[in-house]
Amino acid sequence: MGSVTTSHDMGLHEEQLTGRTQQRFFSASEEENFTYPWSYEVDYDKSAEFDAADMGISEINLKIRELMKSGHGSITVNNPRAKHSLGVGILNRVNLNFEGSLGYFGCGLIDGPNIRISGRVGWSCAENMMAGTVVIEKNAGSLFGAAIRGGDLVCRGQAGARVGIDQKGGTIIVGGSVGAFTGFMMQRGRMIILGDAGANLGDSMYDGTIYVAGQIANLGVDCVETELTDLDKRYLQGKLDLYDMTAPNGIDNMIKLTSGKQLWNYDNLEPTEKKLVL
Amino acid sequence: MCGIAGLIWKGGVTSDIGSEMTQMLQALKHRGPDSTGFALYGKGNEGVHVLRFKVAEQEEMKSGFDIHRQVVERKEAVDTRMQELGAEITETEEATEYAFRYHFKFGGDLKRLIDYIEDIDGVEILSVGKGLELIKDLGDAAVVSDQYGLNGFVGTHAIGHTRMATESDVDIRSAHPYWAYPFNDVSVVHNGQLTNYWTMRRDLERRGHRFMSNCDSELIAVYIADRIDQGDELEGAMRTSIDIIDGVFTYLVATSDQLGMAKDVMGAKPMVLYESDEFVGLASEEVAIRSIFPREIDTWDPYQGEVKVWAA
Repeated sequence: MGSVTTSHDMGLHEEQLTGRTQQRFFSASEEENFTYPWSYEVDYDKSAEFDAADMGISEINLKIRELMKSGHGSITVNNPRAKHSLGVGILNRVNLNFEGSLGYFGCGLIDGPNIRISGRVGWSCAENMMAGTVVIEKNAGSLFGAAIRGGDLVCRGQAGARVGIDQKGGTIIVGGSVGAFTGFMMQRGRMIILGDAGANLGDSMYDGTIYVAGQIANLGVDCVETELTDLDKRYLQGKLDLYDMTAPNGIDNMIKLTSGKQLWNYDNLEPTEKKLVL
Repeated sequence: MCGIAGLIWKGGVTSDIGSEMTQMLQALKHRGPDSTGFALYGKGNEGVHVLRFKVAEQEEMKSGFDIHRQVVERKEAVDTRMQELGAEITETEEATEYAFRYHFKFGGDLKRLIDYIEDIDGVEILSVGKGLELIKDLGDAAVVSDQYGLNGFVGTHAIGHTRMATESDVDIRSAHPYWAYPFNDVSVVHNGQLTNYWTMRRDLERRGHRFMSNCDSELIAVYIADRIDQGDELEGAMRTSIDIIDGVFTYLVATSDQLGMAKDVMGAKPMVLYESDEFVGLASEEVAIRSIFPREIDTWDPYQGEVKVWAA
């Protein structure tokens, strides 16, 4: 999962982006495979697990760090019991498995790890995620994937309101329905919703693409339906296959939504100001 | 910020809801350390009303020697006025020096009795009901629960609140839950801000409703009471409130046999829900539900504008 060649296989690099998007696709070349100088060398075959039932939030996060430091590449945390801010700030490649549910701000500010959560996540899961994958087996709260910049964020259940608000890159996939103001002020990246979408979907989005399989309560300001191309279908098929998910009425019947780019900031700002907006 | 929690055992099942709500609210302590409140619903005795009232604020008790005399005088005045209107007090309990719990029998106009008692300077009725017991004071859940002996309280459902004071004072008057005066057994807890508070308050006051505090949450209790007075069912009243009340809010309402939740159209305030065949638990954060259900359970967020009601 997550091979650097996958995006090529999905045809993403053939996509002709219009407007003034600055989206750059991840390159498979070595110099793009950035790792932090302080990141730990881990062995994915070296695994560890611990019970977090009676541990505090800091204790759990420090324990994960200690295990990475000692070279453990596969870590399982049992009984997180919906505690807040678990798995945050991990800038390392590691397989992290939470057996249970997380509270608010789970897995925020991460860059690189592959995380699986067997339960539910609270508000603001994976906020500001840079890269890696986060897969949630049950439901997610509001602000799921707020301001993410890269990576794949997957919720197999339903998610709350304001999913992917301010999304700046990456992919968010929700197996069920999402609440109001999903994709609000979305700037780049893609969002795939396999259930229904609440009111004001994609309100004031600057750029990016939202795919919806179910019913849409109503579209937000400047969010418009556009043609689902063969390239989109290839992309959706590839992405959903990765996570063993299917569109309930088939990919051909999904709706593609993008920005109409009619809002005031597209016409009234100087070029330097436009940079600030995005 | 504030934290709210609710629980209900379905099918007439009873449990130690005093301890359960204490645990849930203690887990939400970080959302509001200023005060904690409980609305617990027991089985109650036929024909017997439970009255919870206070005759001073906790802070006032530190203000000097005279307050101790005033507290005694105010309580005596309550006793006198109740007897004057023909209420038969069958049991009294002193929860603290300034807060009391009475059992009484009364066949007359309950609103008149309540108004007559609250006419005494410094006296505020926290709740009147056949099953409802409303307790609120400064401090966290464990402190208030110990002070008022809530552990071991057996009942069917409860709501509770941990308060971070933002819009009114840190005192018992501004603490939740709010009792929906003058209705038996209706109480409300709320997390959020109401932006058309004064407009709605003036309207409700013109129609004879009383407000004891400047806390916006009290408005929801009064509004629901007003709708019920006009013949609405609880669920209908709550659905209307979503359109009428402006702002960001999530609130819980309990009656003698129901528990309801409502969320504003923006979905801006959190609420996590767990429902099984025999139990429903709601809280601002999942940690509160986990505090009484440590095992793995399925929970979700109700959506914006959603109203749900469950029966005990």
